[in-house]
Amino acid sequence: MELTEFVIKTITIVVVFALTLVIAMYSTWGERKVAGFIQDRMGPNRAGPGGLLQPLADAGKMFFKEDFIPALANKWLFIAGPSLAMLTALLASAVIPFGSTIKWDGAEVVLQGVESNIGILYVFGVVALGVYGIMVGGWASNNKFSLLGAIRAASQNISYEVAMGLSLIAILMMSSSLSLGEIVAQQHGGNWNIFYQPLGFIIFITCSFAECNRVPFDLPECETELVGGYHTEYGSMKLGFYLFAEYINMFISSAIISVLYFGGYNYPGMDWVYTQLTGSFGPETGHNIATLIGTAVFFGKALFFVFFYMWVRWTIPRFRYDQLMNLGWKKLIPLAIFNIIITGAAVLFLKPLITAWLN
Amino acid sequence: MQLTNRSKQVSNKEMTLMERAYLPAIATGLAITIKHFFAKKVTIQYPEVKRYLGPVFRGRHILKRDEDGRERCTACGLCAVACPAEAISMVAAERVKGEEQLYREEKYAAVYEVNMLRCIFCGLCEEACPKQAVYLRHDEFVPVFSDRDQVIWGKDLLVEDMNSRYTREAWTKEEARALDNKRANGEVTNVVPRAIP
Repeated sequence: MELTEFVIKTITIVVVFALTLVIAMYSTWGERKVAGFIQDRMGPNRAGPGGLLQPLADAGKMFFKEDFIPALANKWLFIAGPSLAMLTALLASAVIPFGSTIKWDGAEVVLQGVESNIGILYVFGVVALGVYGIMVGGWASNNKFSLLGAIRAASQNISYEVAMGLSLIAILMMSSSLSLGEIVAQQHGGNWNIFYQPLGFIIFITCSFAECNRVPFDLPECETELVGGYHTEYGSMKLGFYLFAEYINMFISSAIISVLYFGGYNYPGMDWVYTQLTGSFGPETGHNIATLIGTAVFFGKALFFVFFYMWVRWTIPRFRYDQLMNLGWKKLIPLAIFNIIITGAAVLFLKPLITAWLN
Repeated sequence: MQLTNRSKQVSNKEMTLMERAYLPAIATGLAITIKHFFAKKVTIQYPEVKRYLGPVFRGRHILKRDEDGRERCTACGLCAVACPAEAISMVAAERVKGEEQLYREEKYAAVYEVNMLRCIFCGLCEEACPKQAVYLRHDEFVPVFSDRDQVIWGKDLLVEDMNSRYTREAWTKEEARALDNKRANGEVTNVVPRAIP
């Protein structure tokens, strides 16, 4: 039994890992395609049908470039930087619930890498570690521009983590659980958190844009001021890892947004679908098909937010650095605290009233 | 003095609450970009789709034959003299008996070479030609070179093929404009339409 459980867990983790990588890979293709479409162009369309082999071509190019390390750089940290960025980006995918359960031979397997009762805390811990990848890489380059870019990235990430955490507290007050699986399960059907936490959602999504270093908060890499930012000295696959980590982060944060605010694998009318499927395919196959539909819904939501990231990128110009800090510290944090107070009041006074009225 | 009617008075008004909230403005921006996302793309898929460049475009050279299939060129060298880039060179030869079906005049170009790297496609050669023998095609380019041997074009590439003769649709600006109008009205259909309106 121990062994089968181990094998099942290994398979789930490998699948989650591979899925994250493939989605991040095709996000680069998607980004260029979306950029093209928004600018009335076609985007890449030469490598394979619709340019679908473009990520492979890019990866091939990255691999075959000279793996250059500057003479005065700290060699170990220079290599550790992109590795850390990649590691932390991938680690967060472990706790995301991709679907409910698959029933097989009487056993029930949860579609989630690790079912942890502190899931969201783990995600935050790992995301906070992500700063090290950038900071270490920027410092090890032994280049003023890299260091300045890394400092910008680090201070930006740390500032926005505060507001992000505070906006999350409102969710945790409602769900009274830190487990991502539990938070999703509470949003059964169309009972999504976005309807209770619109302000929290706006704060959270703004902060996740900043955390991923995406436009309008992409100040760490700024050609006019900082050359390439923290990855100025990087080339070849080490640069590729940094860029790739950004896309993985984007997917992870999209997944987290859809889990926290948009009900993950829940969709309106899922109970009806479930009874129909179990009725016509039997309890086991029907359950599995329903789970797969839920997973597809989850990926639809997550990919929509990945698209939203790109959409925003080609819409909004970037903030100035002082504006970024003003927004983070003077607007979002007070707003998040206000949101916590409102949520607390609602949980204390409004919820009993509504429950009493419903009963 | 008013220089333009598009100038706007600069205003330093305090922003309204709506403007300071920033999110409505973002929503407007997102609406604009998503409109473009679904809009028709202006891209022309170049090697597969070629844009019509107009009847007076100056592309690759052609050495014309007359209606009996005889080469018109008499190797007078006026094109080579007119050429500002000195791209044209030729070797003249005298027509012998029995070659009357091949060459229109008593003297002909045994060798006629255009250096396509030197050529600036100015069209002075076609203006200089007294025999209406050399033209720059409006419908074909000089393709990309991949080798130095491909740079100098000889008679094998330049002389017109009688099976697909070259005709130009318009000779002057006025004719070209008239043709454009006809095409717009749908009267002329024998030319490749432009890829963009």
